[in-house]
Amino acid sequence: MEWLKTLISRPSKGVSGKTGYWRTFKPIYDRDKCVLCYECYVYCPENCVEIVEKVVKIDYDFCKGCGICSEVCPANAIEMVKED
Amino acid sequence: MDLRCVLLPGNPSCQGCPHAIGLKALSVLENPIVVVPAGCTTIIAGFNPKQSIDLPVVHVPFASAPAVACGLSKAYDNVVVWMGDGATDIGFSTLSGSAIRNDNILVVVSDNEAYMNTGIQMSGTTFWKAKTTTTPAGKREEKKDLALIMLMHRIPYVATASVGYMRDFVRKVKKASKIKGFKFIHLHSPCPPGWRFDSSKTVEVARMAVKSGAWILWEYDGSFRITGMSRMFRDKSKRIPLTEYLRVQGRFKGLTEEDVRTIEERIDEVWKLLDVLENTINKA
Amino acid sequence: MKTILTGNHAVAYAVKLSRVKVVSAYPITPQTTIVEKIAEMIAKGEMDAEFVNVESEHSALSVVYGSALAGLRSFTATSSHGLLYMYEMCWWVSNSRLPLVMAVVTRTIGPPWNIHTDHTDLMTLRDSGWIIAMAENAQEALDLTIQSFKISESLNLPFAVGLDAFVVSHTAEVVDVPDQETVDEFLPERKQAYRVDPNDVFAVGNIADNLETMRMRREMALDMEKAKGVIDEVGREFGEIFGRRYGLVEEYMVDDAEYIVVMTGAWSGDAKEAVDILRKRGIQIGLLKLRYIRPFPREVIERFDDRKILVVDRSFSMGHRGTLGIEVGNVVDCKNVVAGLCGVDVGFEDFKEMFERFVRGELGEVEWWI
Ligand SMILES: Cc1ncc(C[n+]2csc(CCOP(=O)(O)OP(=O)(O)O)c2C)c(N)n1
Ligand code: SF4
Ligand code: SF4
Ligand code: SF4
Ligand SMILES: [Mg+2]
Repeated sequence: MEWLKTLISRPSKGVSGKTGYWRTFKPIYDRDKCVLCYECYVYCPENCVEIVEKVVKIDYDFCKGCGICSEVCPANAIEMVKED
Repeated sequence: MDLRCVLLPGNPSCQGCPHAIGLKALSVLENPIVVVPAGCTTIIAGFNPKQSIDLPVVHVPFASAPAVACGLSKAYDNVVVWMGDGATDIGFSTLSGSAIRNDNILVVVSDNEAYMNTGIQMSGTTFWKAKTTTTPAGKREEKKDLALIMLMHRIPYVATASVGYMRDFVRKVKKASKIKGFKFIHLHSPCPPGWRFDSSKTVEVARMAVKSGAWILWEYDGSFRITGMSRMFRDKSKRIPLTEYLRVQGRFKGLTEEDVRTIEERIDEVWKLLDVLENTINKA
Repeated sequence: MKTILTGNHAVAYAVKLSRVKVVSAYPITPQTTIVEKIAEMIAKGEMDAEFVNVESEHSALSVVYGSALAGLRSFTATSSHGLLYMYEMCWWVSNSRLPLVMAVVTRTIGPPWNIHTDHTDLMTLRDSGWIIAMAENAQEALDLTIQSFKISESLNLPFAVGLDAFVVSHTAEVVDVPDQETVDEFLPERKQAYRVDPNDVFAVGNIADNLETMRMRREMALDMEKAKGVIDEVGREFGEIFGRRYGLVEEYMVDDAEYIVVMTGAWSGDAKEAVDILRKRGIQIGLLKLRYIRPFPREVIERFDDRKILVVDRSFSMGHRGTLGIEVGNVVDCKNVVAGLCGVDVGFEDFKEMFERFVRGELGEVEWWI
């Protein structure tokens, strides 16, 4: 029953590799401006925003740089900066 | 709002993908099985031996999803269909049949208003005048109002939602999961490459649709009511100009002022209809 | 217990005796009375299963696909246009390696509309990975249906039981219906290679590598080959318990035969009578009934490559010859008669004349019996 391994797939991060490479703009977080509203966490399509001990953490390995977190942040605490 | 990570990072969705945002809401379900017909989500779900959705997923042919879910529901509670608007064209009889049987499933239609997976062709829910690869001069027909069609199936729960208002959507998914029988949620899902706007604007465009009154959040659970932000936009003077919503999207390029007026009239019509429903289907 | 049943009701009783848990179907003549009978038995509380009324055959097979994925023994039935309407799902089921059973009451494909027997509909499943059997009569329809669950579940391949419209489906015959305990002894609880389960997080059917997918197909092809042994073994075991032995083929006076007729389905009964008559006249003729179309009993046919062979077909592949004519012709030289398409009656007299002409060497490569 070798076929079973082709028919069935198990959850894994990074199905498309480290999608951080897709980025042209990088979200930069400013803790001082952050009001901890969780908007970035709720709307990040990649699920690469976490809020740990009242600090926003972005997983740059996978963040695609879509810019949604920055757009939805009511406090302008996330700025999109061109990758170098 | 605690959203367990359902769609794992590093998946193949485009930047700013609305399905990717919407899928987060499934995290509030207890032990769900997700049935996915052909569509962008087929790709987003990843490639064997890996999958990017951290839930049991059954991939099925384009037109079959609610029926397969019906079969699964004979063994399990919390079977969810996650499908595109296109699947409601080709699979319309499947969807309707499942609703008529009042199958114990939840169907979420993530509506990006075209067949995106095959390269942006028009669907039954594509907006009037929107350009797609098969309607290069703009769609000539109206957008079909799926949620109202489903409402007329007299099922226990029907709602509209938007990826721009996740709290409202999550609340509706939670509520639906507690109801036995056929539940339907029509989720508005603006798609950056398909609608031609910047990937950062998915949530904003979704909100503009609601704020301009073009997309209306409502719910039926025995009573019919306008919900969430849309309550405020009953009052036309509170709405943002419709052109703000339309002009941000490349697919509406070349829209005339008369076109905009026509769209406005259509929107007014829908509001009037929903108003009647709210006053008529009301247990209170 | 011996009782009088139509082929369709025999299938319905077999489904009940096989302890099927989910049945879903859409009405189409001449399949309808199978599922009506099942619905009736469920409603009366004689059968512990759920009947799902659907809006199409595509959904009927989709529903049982879902319930079978969840581990429930499942069954559907259809005919002709219904089979074609569910065609996409047929392949999805077999490529998912999911055991389940479907009865196909063979019927003409329109236009013009025609509800009578013709095997062309069933033959469209040939390449899909379904095991395909064809019953000669109501007893075989019952027996094959019971065996089908066991065979399907031990190979992880879906199983189609074919029966001719009206000639078998609606003709009442004496049928020996086994009792539940004996069937339980023969048919264990459902097993399958994998089961979708909310507590086991995996996906079924997402995009996979081309080469791996091709490897999957090769394994399926090999399992189809393996199915030949399983079918004969299960048929033998069935014979031991119920006194009626089954297998890939039925050999009727073939051992010493100089002439062999190959065919499948209900009319084999009339053809056997014609064989008897010719035998009485001293003509060494026999009949090889293909009980299974897939897997194809190639090795059995190869054994007869030194005989003169006639294939009588009730299906035709446009642009070539009769479907079984092609299949058998790939193994041994044969003549091919295409008869009884679109429900045309072919009886004992026809067979007698056909076989006489065959023996006299008067038949061309492909003859239309009209
Ligand atoms: C029977 C059938 N016809 C056509 C296709 C090709 N196809 C795959 S996905 C798709 C469009 C999907 O559109 P939608 O349901 O709106 O989902 P989206 O990709 O927009 O998320 C089409 C036409 C198919 N898979 N099956
Ligand atoms: S840029 Fe996009 S992907 Fe990156 S953290 Fe922000 S929302 Fe997530
Ligand atoms: S959206 Fe802005 S303010 Fe809110 S939590 Fe994120 S960074 Fe902080
Ligand atoms: S085309 Fe649109 S819906 Fe499809 S994956 Fe890309 S962003 Fe998502
Ligand atoms: Mg779509």
